Amino acid sequence: MRKLPLNTPTPAHTARGLAGHSVKHDSAWKHVSGQARYIDDLPMPEALLHAAVGHSEQAHARILSMDLEAVRHYPGVVAVITANDVPGHLDIGPVFPGDLVLADNIVEHIGQPIFAVAATSHEAARKAARLATVEYEPLDAVVTVEQALAQQLFVRPSQTQQRGEPDRALAGAPHRLQGEQHVGGQEHFYLEGQACLVEPTEDGGMFVHTSSQHPSEVQKLVAEVLGLPIHDVQAEVRRMGGGFGGKETQAAPLACVAALLAHATGRPVKYRLSRADDMVQTGKRHDFYNTYDIGFDDNGLILGADLMVAGRCGYSPDLSDAIVDRAMFHADNAYYLDQARVVGHRCKTHTVSNTAFRGFGGPQGMMIIEQAMDDIARHLDRDPLDIRKLNLYRPGRDTTHYGQTVEQHVLPELMEKLEASSDYRQRRAEITAFNRASPVLKRGLALTPVKFGISFTAKHLNQAGALVHIYTDGSIVVNHGGTEMGQGLYIKVAQVVASAFQVDLERVKVTATRTDKVANTSPTAASSGSDLNGMAALDACEKIIEGLVAFAAKHWSTPPEQISFSDNQVIVGGQAVPWETFIQSAYMNRVPLWSSGFYATPKIHYDPETGTGRPFLYYANGAACSEVVVDTLTGEYRVVRTDILHDVGRSLNPEIDIGQIEGGFVQGMGWLTTEELVYSDEGRLLTTGPATYKIPAVSDCPPDLRVALLPQSPNREATVFHSKAVGEPPLMLGIAVWSALRDAVASLTDYRYSPPLDTPATPERVLGAVTASQQWLTKHRKTA
Amino acid sequence: MIEFVLNGRTEKVDQVDPNLSILEWLRTKMRLTGTKEGCASGDCGACTVIIGTPDPQGNIRYEAINSCISLVGNLHGKELITVEAFQQEPGHPVQRAMMEKHGAQCGFCTPGIVMSLVALHANREGTTPDDHRLLEALSGNLCRCTGYRPIIDAGRQALVQEWTPGAAHPAAGLGGGRSTGELNAINRDSISLQAPDGPRYDAPVSLDELRALRREFPDSRLVAGSTDLALEITQQLKTLDHMISVERVEELTGCERQGDELVIGAAATYQRFRGLLSGLWPAFDPMLERLGSLQIRNRGTLGGNIANASPIGDMPPPLIALGATLVLDGPDGERRLPLEDFFHGYKQTDLKPGEFVHSVRLPVPRANEQLYLYKVSKRLDDDISAVLGAFRLTVDNGVVADCRLAFGGMAATPARAIGAETALKDQPWNDDSVTAAISALASDFSPLTDVRASAGYRLQVAGNLLRRALLASTSSETLMVTGYA
Repeated sequence: MRKLPLNTPTPAHTARGLAGHSVKHDSAWKHVSGQARYIDDLPMPEALLHAAVGHSEQAHARILSMDLEAVRHYPGVVAVITANDVPGHLDIGPVFPGDLVLADNIVEHIGQPIFAVAATSHEAARKAARLATVEYEPLDAVVTVEQALAQQLFVRPSQTQQRGEPDRALAGAPHRLQGEQHVGGQEHFYLEGQACLVEPTEDGGMFVHTSSQHPSEVQKLVAEVLGLPIHDVQAEVRRMGGGFGGKETQAAPLACVAALLAHATGRPVKYRLSRADDMVQTGKRHDFYNTYDIGFDDNGLILGADLMVAGRCGYSPDLSDAIVDRAMFHADNAYYLDQARVVGHRCKTHTVSNTAFRGFGGPQGMMIIEQAMDDIARHLDRDPLDIRKLNLYRPGRDTTHYGQTVEQHVLPELMEKLEASSDYRQRRAEITAFNRASPVLKRGLALTPVKFGISFTAKHLNQAGALVHIYTDGSIVVNHGGTEMGQGLYIKVAQVVASAFQVDLERVKVTATRTDKVANTSPTAASSGSDLNGMAALDACEKIIEGLVAFAAKHWSTPPEQISFSDNQVIVGGQAVPWETFIQSAYMNRVPLWSSGFYATPKIHYDPETGTGRPFLYYANGAACSEVVVDTLTGEYRVVRTDILHDVGRSLNPEIDIGQIEGGFVQGMGWLTTEELVYSDEGRLLTTGPATYKIPAVSDCPPDLRVALLPQSPNREATVFHSKAVGEPPLMLGIAVWSALRDAVASLTDYRYSPPLDTPATPERVLGAVTASQQWLTKHRKTA
Repeated sequence: MIEFVLNGRTEKVDQVDPNLSILEWLRTKMRLTGTKEGCASGDCGACTVIIGTPDPQGNIRYEAINSCISLVGNLHGKELITVEAFQQEPGHPVQRAMMEKHGAQCGFCTPGIVMSLVALHANREGTTPDDHRLLEALSGNLCRCTGYRPIIDAGRQALVQEWTPGAAHPAAGLGGGRSTGELNAINRDSISLQAPDGPRYDAPVSLDELRALRREFPDSRLVAGSTDLALEITQQLKTLDHMISVERVEELTGCERQGDELVIGAAATYQRFRGLLSGLWPAFDPMLERLGSLQIRNRGTLGGNIANASPIGDMPPPLIALGATLVLDGPDGERRLPLEDFFHGYKQTDLKPGEFVHSVRLPVPRANEQLYLYKVSKRLDDDISAVLGAFRLTVDNGVVADCRLAFGGMAATPARAIGAETALKDQPWNDDSVTAAISALASDFSPLTDVRASAGYRLQVAGNLLRRALLASTSSETLMVTGYA
């Protein structure tokens, strides 16, 4: 039987656009010509209504009364519903209970939906929703991580991962440092806000057009709130205008509200959030408070570590258990910690329930060890890069604090290469000289690694399905459980299918993700999109090929091993049969031309009781070297150059992977620099739009940006064509910018003092670090 | 009724609510959904369209604008070009470059980016815009996916390619910048737009008509570029009952030198007055480049920035530092006052019912005059200032003969730092006097803590900006990260 090119070298490139080629996005023309349809662009069904919700104005309170008369009587309003009108489940928590589709009696954050309105226009619904009179009895509210830690208020139990005897190692270490940091949250700011369009079906169910990374969950939760079997509800996702984790669980509440209104009125309902409502109403990246206690030898080699990561989860668990887990799994980043303890807290606050965001807690965990690396270096008067390289996982020092062995040691070589290609040492010398002579502007440089574990840590999510159909003209449709949010998943899976059959990519089309095509899909998250769905599609192709080869062997009386697929033809012995002809014959001979495919990630397991296991199939790796210039009068700064070397295994589509790397880096940089979520003491989000919440703009892109894929580095695991996941890992390359900012400020003390720099490192915080450094200098001059 | 040309075809719109934004009109009335809503506040650029404005000679100025905060009444007599004008393959060079360079990922911001780049391409005027202009053209377009590098590359590639639309192309005017027959056929008179029994919008074309309307409707809201006013509609969900647009009043839209004064009309857009202003005071150029985005500067006006009396408006501090005179007009005629006297408190001004801002008069630079303008914000592009410092100094033989120091973001209004001015005046222009002036700032101002900055940061930076001015006057060092190569 013919084997798939799974573990073969690079698949042969005999047809156009196969895996490994930089093919453009499948929607490229539609994107640039405005013809790609997002939810709000869909043709409007007859009698369409528009939804809006009324928000809680209190962080934590009991609702004493709710007068909705003015809402009901506003012109255009057709229906107003509350928790009492929900026929099925009120709780739509995705993993654990705690998220009510509409608040019932108690509200737990400002912005929590308490009632919903359907009206004949978007404007009427929004205006009406503001007219309610709600009486609250305020209850004690907790807003920050520190307050929650002080009160031991958690949404899920705290966890510990421990290896060896960290306390003893710390006590006996020649050097010991402690530090803390606040790492800010992040708003997803997908350009397309949350949106859905729900239409009642002829048999009492609902059809949901949603902008969601997780259509199966939307389907399930809509069915549950309506009290319907799941098969009465179907969901479709053609594309999202950005997701970044923000549409993993956060799209479902909208779909549920719209479905409830559609159920109440019997009419189709569209629900899209204005930007301000989106920012107030939906979860964000968790902000964290982290601490470290690290012991090390004279060279800076870590001997023991005691780390604590505490995330602000908001009022409900949502995905926070897994997010704080991932922060714990990545508190080592790329470094062998030896005797180590990592404690993770899931802090409950009366703020919006924080959720998935590219990196899923990993970035926040990494920040603490990267701060420690810089601090150790300053303490020992060494270059931070030397300390980072010294502590990298290597053969012999290759087991993480949770017991997984790092099997493919990519980073030691990758960092050497980047150090050389970025001229790190030479620029370090130039920068030190520049800083001595420059009174106001100071430059900083940092080279930081990323090691990111690939697989959902919830084991059951590591599965995927696909459908591949070949039609009688030889054209192919592939449909899978993954969703397209701009990352190029559709084109990558199409390339995988084209490669399996060795036909031109134009023959393959990917259709919208639908729950009635592939069932029980996992969210497109955890960077797993092409790993899981690519493999599922390949499995479907393999099954079809199996039937085709058996047919050809019989039909042309040729041994199966002499049958192969190449360049839009099927080679049968000495004869080349054109693809269309071959498919026609197969059809006429009643050979199945379609199949489902399935994939479940092998090897992975984790025991939360012992805090050990192999949660990840493999690690993705990369490193970034960033140079910044800082104005010590105002704290303003610019990134002037960034070099990135990233490991994507054997790339399915190099240009699309580079797009993920650059976009991830800039998004990570934004998280750590200008993107500041500001809450009032009462827990009200004050930065509710792009006027006050500043994601990177065009001038923030480093003017000198050099991105390369690590060559000849196939994934050692049997992933699709030995590629590696690329969605999340590059985000953490942005840590190099933060580290470079600290480096620039450290120049003020001749690199003897490691200034604290919480994130986001806004100009104000950078100026704070400058001031702290100047004060340190004054003090140490006096005592000297 | 209003008339305008949409993608080559004349549209007549009557009886619509003038609170409707161009974006809403396109998406809900015309079902042209290529133009996207990302924020409805003019900050993300997903809604970018091109507006062609004819001058009396028939030349058309094509500019990228934010359709989400531009009101439909503004369209009269203009040409509106949306991405739907570019749906014939193989498309505009900008579209081809965006595809080849992988400049779109999720694609949602992409139509806006395409329109910003098409506008820049149309305004090349025989030269290839450099990276500086390219970034300026994109400064109001947020992309959350790409990190911008491929978009910048696409812009570079497209800008060196020719594009000649056929006469039948929906955006034919972009080829030669000449108005079409359709546009010429539209009347140039005053217009009025009114929803049935609903809100009203007047756009007079002469000062006399404007005065008359203001006399008759003193409670009406004045609107020019609507870059701020429209936020009341899109963000606060207000319905404005009566708006009177000043942007078609020719006497208000000019910018010219009259003797020893530069006179800028209240309805002159930033793009309109930027050249003359920066010509006299080069310090304005880098500041104006960071004031809003190009889309905002194509619509925003000086009068709007002054009259909305925001404490963080970027134009009042430098104008106060330069000793600007504000000309107000109204039913009772014209009056003049120093600009700093116009601001009474947070969003409170000296404007009386029926009055409007007519123009600003600036004395041209004198010998030995130095002007330093420093804007500090979280992000370089399109951000509102945490602090803006504007310092006009006359230093004779090393002594500060005259100085006016004005700040934004330090008080409820744009304001002068009188104590700091006193500390500097007649003193040597050196470290000691600047240190004394910095100490005085603490009594001049008690700034607020808000989402942009803390009070402490504002005070510290305000002082450091004075220090930067001193350093800048005595050293050739690059002192700002924006100037660092």
